[in-house]
Amino acid sequence: MGFPDRIERTVQPAHPPGKVWAALTTAEGLGAWFGNEATIDLRPGGSAQMKWTEGHTADMRVERVEEPTVFAYTWHIYGLPDDDPRRTYVEFTLEPVGAGTRLTVVESGFAQLPDDAHGKAHDGNTQGWASELGELVDYLNAA
Amino acid sequence: MPPDIEAIAEQVFAALADPSRRAILATLAAKGPATATDLAARLPITRQAIAKHLGLLSEAGLVTAEPGERRRVRYRLRSAPMQVAQRFLAALARDWDSPLDALADHLDRSASGQTTTPLHEMRGHHV
Repeated sequence: MGFPDRIERTVQPAHPPGKVWAALTTAEGLGAWFGNEATIDLRPGGSAQMKWTEGHTADMRVERVEEPTVFAYTWHIYGLPDDDPRRTYVEFTLEPVGAGTRLTVVESGFAQLPDDAHGKAHDGNTQGWASELGELVDYLNAA
Repeated sequence: MPPDIEAIAEQVFAALADPSRRAILATLAAKGPATATDLAARLPITRQAIAKHLGLLSEAGLVTAEPGERRRVRYRLRSAPMQVAQRFLAALARDWDSPLDALADHLDRSASGQTTTPLHEMRGHHV
């Protein structure tokens, strides 16, 4: 079957790495092609955010800044519950090719196993709701 | 990658491929733990077929049987395998092709001095 842990794409824009770098690492660039609005604190550990007009927001944590060859961040996985702590790692690599750039993006970490995948005691949401509802009952009984 | 993550996802998808098992899982998700008899009352499936499906789902780790007297055993959904399958789907749903097209477009347009329009906006894409 093959679990897709890693997604990789390579494109070759006819523009020099410096220009591609600016599109990837500035609020102006990210807000133009990726999101509709962006902010970025460009340093390892810095925060970045993209917003889309339809209301979706992506919060990123900058991981690698090696101008103009490597830019990487981690972010929450779109489509998973907001409180899921696992994140994927996205790395852009820029390589000059003639007058252009070979840009590779790798996103990895989709196959991380949930902490409780084998756990019997803690069973995710079902257990969570059961115990929270139990607490509510206790609270109401005590009142 | 843990060797069994693929097996876990496969069991979820195999379980979901059958409409009766989908209905059983959906009912447990919506209404909480239930006995085979409860499920038979709620679903257009015979109790015998439900027992068979529950056995299979239990072996696959998708439901757990709560301890109890034989006919009163309640089955509870195990969400952990679903979370593994969710990550498989998240990888399939992850769209890098559209943003990268939009990036190429942005670079070309800004080079020629035109205003950029993000491609995902034009296509109504959600990242």
